[in-house]
Amino acid sequence: MFKIILLRILSNTIAVIGICFILMIVLIALLAPVIVPYDPYKINVYRVLEPPSKDHFFGTDELGRDVLSRIIYGARVSLKVGIIAMGIAIITGTLLGSIAGYYGGFIDSLIMRIVDVMLSFPTLFLILAIVAVLEPNIYIIMAVIGLTGWMDVARLVRAEVLSLKEREFVLASKAMGASSFRIIFKHILPNAIYPVIVAATFAVGGAILIESGLSFLGLGIQPPEPSWGGILSVGKDYITVAWWMSFFPGIAIFLTVLSFNLFGEALRDALDPKKWAEDL
Amino acid sequence: MLSYLVKRFFLMIPILIGITLICFIVINLAPGSPATFQEELSPKASPEAAEALKKLYGLDKPLHERYFNWLKMIITLDLGKSFVDGRAVKDKVKERLPITVTLNLLSLLLIFIISIPIGIYSALKPGSLIDRSLTVFVFTGFSVPTFWLALIAMIIFGVNLGWLPISGIQSIGAETLPFKDRIIDWIKHLIMPVTIMSFAGLAGMSRYTRSSMLEVLKQDYIRTARAKGLPENVVIVKHALRNALLPVVTLLGLAIPGLIGGSVIFESIFSIPGMGQLFYSSAMSRDYPTIMGILIIGAFLTLIGNLIADIAYFLVDPRIRVKKDV
Repeated sequence: MFKIILLRILSNTIAVIGICFILMIVLIALLAPVIVPYDPYKINVYRVLEPPSKDHFFGTDELGRDVLSRIIYGARVSLKVGIIAMGIAIITGTLLGSIAGYYGGFIDSLIMRIVDVMLSFPTLFLILAIVAVLEPNIYIIMAVIGLTGWMDVARLVRAEVLSLKEREFVLASKAMGASSFRIIFKHILPNAIYPVIVAATFAVGGAILIESGLSFLGLGIQPPEPSWGGILSVGKDYITVAWWMSFFPGIAIFLTVLSFNLFGEALRDALDPKKWAEDL
Repeated sequence: MLSYLVKRFFLMIPILIGITLICFIVINLAPGSPATFQEELSPKASPEAAEALKKLYGLDKPLHERYFNWLKMIITLDLGKSFVDGRAVKDKVKERLPITVTLNLLSLLLIFIISIPIGIYSALKPGSLIDRSLTVFVFTGFSVPTFWLALIAMIIFGVNLGWLPISGIQSIGAETLPFKDRIIDWIKHLIMPVTIMSFAGLAGMSRYTRSSMLEVLKQDYIRTARAKGLPENVVIVKHALRNALLPVVTLLGLAIPGLIGGSVIFESIFSIPGMGQLFYSSAMSRDYPTIMGILIIGAFLTLIGNLIADIAYFLVDPRIRVKKDV
């Protein structure tokens, strides 16, 4: 089964490019301290706003710091926020969605009304309001992005659970006296996992995009800690004299998010049982 | 129809209450009260003055009491006064709302016009080169940091080529121009923000159209239409498209929160004096009444958008009407 899925993904050129890029970024983030050419915090007043050159591939910023090194460290921040925020959103959404779908009745309508309420807020307004009220730091940003992004997952899991809970194997384990907890986690959720994996992949890209937007607006990761959105935010003030400060971090955000999204789309195709039937 | 509308309306009430509850919780997450923040602004303020401020905002009362007092205000459409300039939040929002709504409606329209043909084209030849290029194209819009794209567009089209203005929604002194020139000036200002906003929103609707179209093309009635010898374009437009586009209507409603939220970024980059820009500046200055007011109005706009989408769906799809009436 796993092999079929892997083969299906590998037969998709776009997806393979996406995966390679994601692996590269992950590697860069993990090895950041080893591979950076310069200390990303090191200020050098003699070499401010230098264009890309042999010494500084991506140029230097307004304080003479190496932009490439700052972008490499920024990969750590972006991936960390993207993955942890995704984790929070997926866990919250899966839990609430399966509870709503499994128990039905009042609990179901209560949870789904909460979903409706959360979905009514313009996403960025809600996130900005919370971040502005609390002092922004990386943990708050992860939590806020995660806790404002679980609703689609909850709806998805609920729909899966609703269709699975009347199936024979679930009824059988119920008849044998299995606890609700066991039925949900052992029997229902493993069968509902594919769409959740797809949603998770898209969620990483989405979270990275939101984090960089927040940092760009000055309400995200605070300087001097390097983040892609933060570098861009400073870079925009120098855009007419130092395009490299805005161009490269933007490319980094774009390619990373694009890779996750294309990978997610390929996964969606590969995990779709309807398509398997067509292939066979 | 009427019974459906009434039911739909009553379903909105618990959601509205939930919205006010969340707004209230968000603002009260703040460490320290809004009054301490005002003290920071003027450190010379005496303790008595702080006490008076607390009374003014009702901060000396318990939390639930404050919530109900605030709810009473909201129901009478009073959103309070801004901390920054003391003006009524309602008035501040009222002068900015039309700009944001216009921008969003224009982008929605553009998304609709572009993404549906993209979706149809992709669905007609799934897996083809066209399909895959269009997929990458819409995913580019979905993945690109819009603030970055906006910056690049500003530099290229605004600064280097000098074709388009880079900020605001009208030139200085535009009021004195004749009507026709004023419209042209206005359009020039809107081209960049609206195009980039729409580019970012293409993916959702075009992918949805694509999968919906693929689903419909498998149906028996399409085979029947082809079997009876109808030309392919009639099959696609008259038989497939009409059915495939029905669910897309609801997606229009779902796109609204993302668009309105995105206006924070677009309006601050392009210095457009809309609600998003006001929200950003009040978030930066912790102007709680304005933040709460805009949060509520933003959520309310989304609800209205969803309501319109639902009603439109109800009107265009007779099957729903029959089911709901029975």
